[in-house]
Amino acid sequence: MAAIVMDNLHKVYAGGVRAVSDIMLDIADGEFVVLVGPSGCGKSTLLRMVAGLETITEGRLTIGDRVVNALEPAERDIAMVFQNYALYPHMSVFNNLAYGLRNRGVLKPEIERRVREAAAMLEIGAFLDRKPRQLSGGQRQRVAMGRALVREPAVFLFDEPLSNLDAKLRVQMRVEIKQLQRRLGTTSLYVTHDQLEAMTMADRLVVLNGGRIEQVGTPMDVYSRPATTFVAGFIGSPAMNMLPASLLRANGNADALSGLPGNADLVGLRPEDIGLDAVAPGGVRLQARLDLLEPAGAETHLHVRLIDGKTRMTVRLSHVPGLTEGADLVLHAPAAALHPFEAESGHRLL
Amino acid sequence: MQTKRTTFSGYWLPYALLAPQVIITLIFFIWPAGQALYQSVLRQDIFGLRVTFVGLDNFRRLMEDPLYLNSMQMTLVFAVGTTVLSMALALLFAVMVNNMIRSRDSYSTLLVWPYAVAPAIAGVLWWFIFNPSIGILPYMLDMVGYDWNHRRSGTDAMILVIIAAAWKQISYNFIFFLAGLQSVPQSLIEAAAIDGASRAKRFWTIVFPLLSPITFFLLVVNIVYAMFDTFGIIHATTEGGPAQATNILVYKVYRDGFVGLNLGSSAAQSVILMTIVIALTVIQFRYIERRVNY
Repeated sequence: MAAIVMDNLHKVYAGGVRAVSDIMLDIADGEFVVLVGPSGCGKSTLLRMVAGLETITEGRLTIGDRVVNALEPAERDIAMVFQNYALYPHMSVFNNLAYGLRNRGVLKPEIERRVREAAAMLEIGAFLDRKPRQLSGGQRQRVAMGRALVREPAVFLFDEPLSNLDAKLRVQMRVEIKQLQRRLGTTSLYVTHDQLEAMTMADRLVVLNGGRIEQVGTPMDVYSRPATTFVAGFIGSPAMNMLPASLLRANGNADALSGLPGNADLVGLRPEDIGLDAVAPGGVRLQARLDLLEPAGAETHLHVRLIDGKTRMTVRLSHVPGLTEGADLVLHAPAAALHPFEAESGHRLL
Repeated sequence: MQTKRTTFSGYWLPYALLAPQVIITLIFFIWPAGQALYQSVLRQDIFGLRVTFVGLDNFRRLMEDPLYLNSMQMTLVFAVGTTVLSMALALLFAVMVNNMIRSRDSYSTLLVWPYAVAPAIAGVLWWFIFNPSIGILPYMLDMVGYDWNHRRSGTDAMILVIIAAAWKQISYNFIFFLAGLQSVPQSLIEAAAIDGASRAKRFWTIVFPLLSPITFFLLVVNIVYAMFDTFGIIHATTEGGPAQATNILVYKVYRDGFVGLNLGSSAAQSVILMTIVIALTVIQFRYIERRVNY
């Protein structure tokens, strides 16, 4: 068990490319922290720096009570699950799990016990004699997990472990990993580009963009109070609508916007906060034309265009009262649902 | 997989297109092989006036001939020596080049060069380097107290031809090993590093087993090379000597047939070699796919 402290971490590649900058992050013992961001945001690089697979250009990384900057991956007391699982193809599942223990000189009966225990936990006991190529994607994923937890490390590192699975299996493994982590109480750092995966699994979310941290917080914090326009657009699906404040004012919503700071020139509205209630008092009211209906089962996404003919918005409704494409609508959102931003800096106001 | 199939309307065009390859094969492979088979059951008298059919007598004599059995033994030593030396060095070079980040390409190019050198030239090159009177290596060996003379010592001669033959083959093995190393996923090595394996251990427990299909393929190719493609090297350096010490099977075919003019025995020897190469080819094709151990 260990806490991780990232003190002003930087990564600059030979050739001057800055992959990661100014990372300040404290991860408590037993916490499940998810690094999320678009591809190329530096999340995997940061994870690999913690693993010791990338050198740290600047800053100090502490795992437990040791500064690990100069330590080899093997000495950091971590285990990692790779995106492609990185199972040793020429070894049986048993040997895959036992490899790390043998390298550390664990005694044979102890290896046997721990492998069996991990295999039972992940329900892969029946496959111990098989080679990885004889397993399905989901089973390989479990073996990769098993290889990490059989070592009983202080920290688990996950590098997009579910991205090679089909959608159904991904949801299932998401739950299992989360439950396993709760039960073992091992500090975990998890990288994903999937914001839904990030939201559902994390104790705390770290949103990265361009090698920098945009926001850190619990999933609900990040969702309900995105700190920047980037986070607002990245977390939540469909993405938050961003409207110029001037457009809202010009369409008779000056009153609703009066409570916002004067420099709020961009207003965010989540698709799920918008309704068709034409008679509700207060709030923001917008006239729009329905371009496209996207039924998604339990909910329906409405792609609309405001009366200026240019600005597009998405609305998410659970009930669609007999709408047809091309219809004119009046959209309504309560004043409390407005997210004020300053366009130039992209920062949230209020 | 769907393949596009071309159909010809007439007969002559497809045959005409195949003809060049078929003619070359017939003239340079099938016909000589047939000749060898035919000759191997005949015996000529000293003056070449009479030819008699002797059945398998040529083969029987070979099996009882201590010189031939010695040649087999020398071939074994030579083939094993050449294969082990060239593969071991090639693997070493491939690992070293694979670890380089810059100048990887220039090193690869340089290492591939010897392959373009003709066997006879390679032989001459090493003949000069190892020449007991004017060579640089015997001179240096003399300084450390070793009296190198491959004209007198059978062991020295064998070492010389092994080095010359292996040197040429390193390039070929190197390319294959390098390609093999580059196809080992980086994440496996990283996983092993996290699993606490040292550099050497990572190589022997992860990388080397993953190279096994390539290693097996090269093993067969190198044995074939050492047994059949090294005539030029032997001919340019030791000519089979001293005292039969480097007279490997393929060289003996030439010595007995074209120098000694014992055509029947020489043909029988080629037939034996033919059988060996066929066997090796079968092994190659049958097991190369299956010997993949993952």
